[in-house]
Parts: sequence; C-alpha cells; structure tokens
Amino acid sequence: MPVIEVTNLHKRYGDVVAADDVSFTVEAGEIFGILGPNGAGKTTTVECVAGLRVPDRGGVSVLGLDPRRDAARLRQRVGVQLQESQLPDLLRVGEALELYASFYRDPADPAELIERLGLGTKRRTAYKKLSGGQKQRLSIALALVGRPEIAILDELTTGLDPQARRDTWGLVEQVRDSGVTIVLVTHFMEEAERLCDRVAVIDRGRVVALDSPAGLVSRVAPEQRVRFRPSAPVDDRLFTDLPQVTGVNRTGRQVVVTGTGDVLHAVTSVLARNQIIAADLRLEQSTLDDAFVELTGHRPAE
Amino acid sequence: MHAFGQILRIETRLYLRDFAAPLITIALPLLLLAVFGLIPATREPNPDFGGLSFVQYFAPSLLVITLAMAAVNILPTVLATYRERGVLRRLATTPASPAALLAAQLVISLATILISAVLLVVVGRLAFGVPLPRHPLGFALALVLGTAALLALGLLVAAVARTNKAAQAIAVPLFMLVMFFGGVYVPRFLLPDLLVRIGDYTPPGVQALLDAWTADAPRPLHLAIMAAVAVVAGSAAAKLFRWE
Repeated sequence: MPVIEVTNLHKRYGDVVAADDVSFTVEAGEIFGILGPNGAGKTTTVECVAGLRVPDRGGVSVLGLDPRRDAARLRQRVGVQLQESQLPDLLRVGEALELYASFYRDPADPAELIERLGLGTKRRTAYKKLSGGQKQRLSIALALVGRPEIAILDELTTGLDPQARRDTWGLVEQVRDSGVTIVLVTHFMEEAERLCDRVAVIDRGRVVALDSPAGLVSRVAPEQRVRFRPSAPVDDRLFTDLPQVTGVNRTGRQVVVTGTGDVLHAVTSVLARNQIIAADLRLEQSTLDDAFVELTGHRPAE
Repeated sequence: MHAFGQILRIETRLYLRDFAAPLITIALPLLLLAVFGLIPATREPNPDFGGLSFVQYFAPSLLVITLAMAAVNILPTVLATYRERGVLRRLATTPASPAALLAAQLVISLATILISAVLLVVVGRLAFGVPLPRHPLGFALALVLGTAALLALGLLVAAVARTNKAAQAIAVPLFMLVMFFGGVYVPRFLLPDLLVRIGDYTPPGVQALLDAWTADAPRPLHLAIMAAVAVVAGSAAAKLFRWE
C-alpha cells in the first residue's frame, strides 16, 4: 500500500521551474531514495510532500491526506529532517529532544532516543559544541521523536566524514527496521546504493528513472570488465571464443575483457588451462554512478 | 498552548544562558543609575533641568537603554538568526508553529522591559531620591506605546533582514539612533534644540516618559506618534515577515 503518492507535481519559482513533472509512489516500510544532481528539484519535491510548499499543479497525498489541508494531522505522523536546518547555539541536546517531544501527542522517550542515537554522553552539551556527525544524529533524533510513520531525511550525510557517514547509514537502517517508512533525499550514489530499496532519479525537474539500485544499474550497463596483466602473451581469440565475453581491449600489457554473467570465472578458467597467471586481476562492475551518467547525460556532481 | 509554554520556557533559558544580553539590557541601566546617583551633586535640584535633579532628568534615558537593547537590537538579531539557520523552518514541520517562537521572543522582550522599568523606578525611589512617576497612568501609557513602537520597528528589521548579518547592519544603526535621540550618549540638555525636538518624536519617546515621570500627563501628540509608528511598522512587519 502506498503511503505517499505524488502525481504530476509541478512547481516554479518565478521563471525557474523547480519541479516540472514529478510522479512516484512510496510503499510502506521501504527506504525510498530521491536521487539527483543539485538543483534537480529534489528538495522542492519533498517540501511539497512535507506540506511546506504548495505545488502549482499536480497532486500530493501522504497517508491518504492532503499535506496542506490536513497539515496539523500530518505533522503528528511525519517527521522531517531538513537540509541545513540548525538549532540555537546554546540549546543542549537533552533540551532540544525534550522540547520537540512536547509537541507530539505520543512521543518517544527522549532519554531512550538519545541513547539509541549514541548521544548519551552529550545530553548536556550545547548544540554548537557538537561535531557535524553528532549534529546530524540529533537532527535525525528530532525527526523521530514524534514516533512518525514516515521520516523524510534530506541530504542526511552532506558534509560528514566517511566514518560518520557510515554510522548514519547504519542508523537509518535501524530506523527502517523499526517500521518507519523513509524518504531519503541524496546526491550521493553510494548512499542510495547502500540504503535504498527503490530510487527515483530526478533530473531537471523530472523523474528519469525509478527502480531498485541494482535494477537501475543493470538496466543501463549490464557489462562487467575483467582487467589483468597476463604472465605470457595471449591471443584475443582465447577470450572471444567464450560465450560470456563481448569484447577484448588492450592497453599496453594490460588486457581488459568485457562481458556479462559469469565472465570472471570464464576468463580465469581459460587462463588457468593455458598456465597463464593473471597479475593485478580486477573486476569492475557498473555502479549507480555509471547508471546515473547514462540516465541523465552528466555527472551527479554537476 | 502546551507547545508555546515549552518554547517560552526554553527560550527564556537560552536568553538567560547567553548572559551578556540580560546583563546589558537590565543591569547596565541600573549600574549607570547607581554611578550617577552616588554623586551627591546629581541628586540636587538644578535649574538647568527645570528644578529636577540630574538623576531624575536622566532616568528616562536609562530606560531607553533597556528598550533599545531589547526591542531593536536583541529581538531582530535573534529572529533573523533563527530564520537564517532554519530554526523557524524546522519548527514549521512539527505540530508546533514558528509563530509560537516569535510570540515567546516578544514575551521575553516585554518581560525584560517591564522588569527593567520597575527596577529603575523602585531603586531610583529608594536609593537615589527619584520620586515615583507623578502621573502613573500617563507613565504606563507612554511606556506601553513607546515599547510597542520600538518592538514594531524591531520586528520590521527582522522581517526585511534575510540573515543575521543583514539584521545587524540595520539594527545597530537604528539602535544607535534610538539611543542618541533618547539622550543616552549625550544628555539632552547638551543637545541643540532641534535634535531635542526630533528626540521627542523618536521612539520610544523619551520626553513623554520624562513628562509623566516628573510632571504631568504626556502630550497627546507624543503618544499619538508612538501609536502611529507601532501600527505602521507593525503592519509592515506582519506583511513582510517570512518564516524562511
């Protein structure tokens, strides 16, 4: 059952079309990614879902309700973590969570939530003294303190170091496992690949693809590349005779065999039979990154 | 209501935790009252001030310090900072409204002004021979309208300034003008007559406060100007204010 339905959403600011024609549905219990370059319309889309903006055209339905008309009811049931929203410098972690908990009818226990998010030792620490990762965790905690059915997390890990980013990912998976549907806005391929059940790729205000991360990858580039340096000269035909292989390239002494399916096993077997050793053997697979470039025609960071 | 109470509680705590703000706003005027009041000559009636003592004559200007700090300095910078940092936007996604935060800030400003006014009147009376306001109703009215005019100006600054820096760029000169025409930097008897007259009509209206404190009912025109500033600046602020 879909918990969020967006149909033909259109939103412009003056002459700038932020969302041109966006449609997707989010199912209960999934982590749904909204992926796209900066300025693609991701934030505008989730702001319409969160009821912060009114679409010029198109429909948005969240838990069967209208984000504008039923704003009061939805705010009890949807937790939102906005991009670049901060707290007062002197506000302490415990105070922030207790304050936000007081807004909701049936909040989570702030003390327990603080522990769960690994901020137990920071309860009396002022916001400005927290590290980037701690601020982000607090921000997630605030989005969760009302026990929402849906959590919208916008640019969750931007500006975090790799370790903090991985910790945050673990946290998001934990939250999903507790039954919360998550809408994750990101421009990091790795993040979408690791976390999302399904991803909507948005570019220039439109959804250009919607699939699981693996589905997106296989759709655009099912090929794998086996790269190695042979210990003795080899004939290309050794590989081209294999059914899995689609092409062979050489750069210097390096051989790159392209293929599908079990191409790695096929190549290593044929090398072993011919007593050739493959040095610096590497398997390269397409990533969501490649898929993204293929789908949108430009790099994600553009 | 529950959310508003919680927000007010937390905002009050943050305000006190900041320390410098309440210290300057409430303690500085009192400290200046004590410094001047301890000089015996300032407590003697002086024909320069129409038979008032200097402390009596200067007390309304001390109140202007509190009014200017709370209404056109602290209020707009706090609100602009909250907007710039997304505090208001974040609140808009919860069942609580960012309007509750604005209301809490106004309550804190009003409470600060009231506490400071009461302290100045009481300490002035008990320690430094400043009589209680001769026209209490007129004094209350002048204080309420002067406060309303300045708070409206403060909110207007908060409405047009997008960032903390922009807010300070407008608020600091405005603050200095209010302080100058309120006779804080240079006592008004040293100013040319024209500047004194301008000061009469500059919020919060120090002459109306002085009249009601030491003589008689403030002049209706002085009060009317304050009410007009409050209404015009207040409605402009309401029209222009954005939560993000």
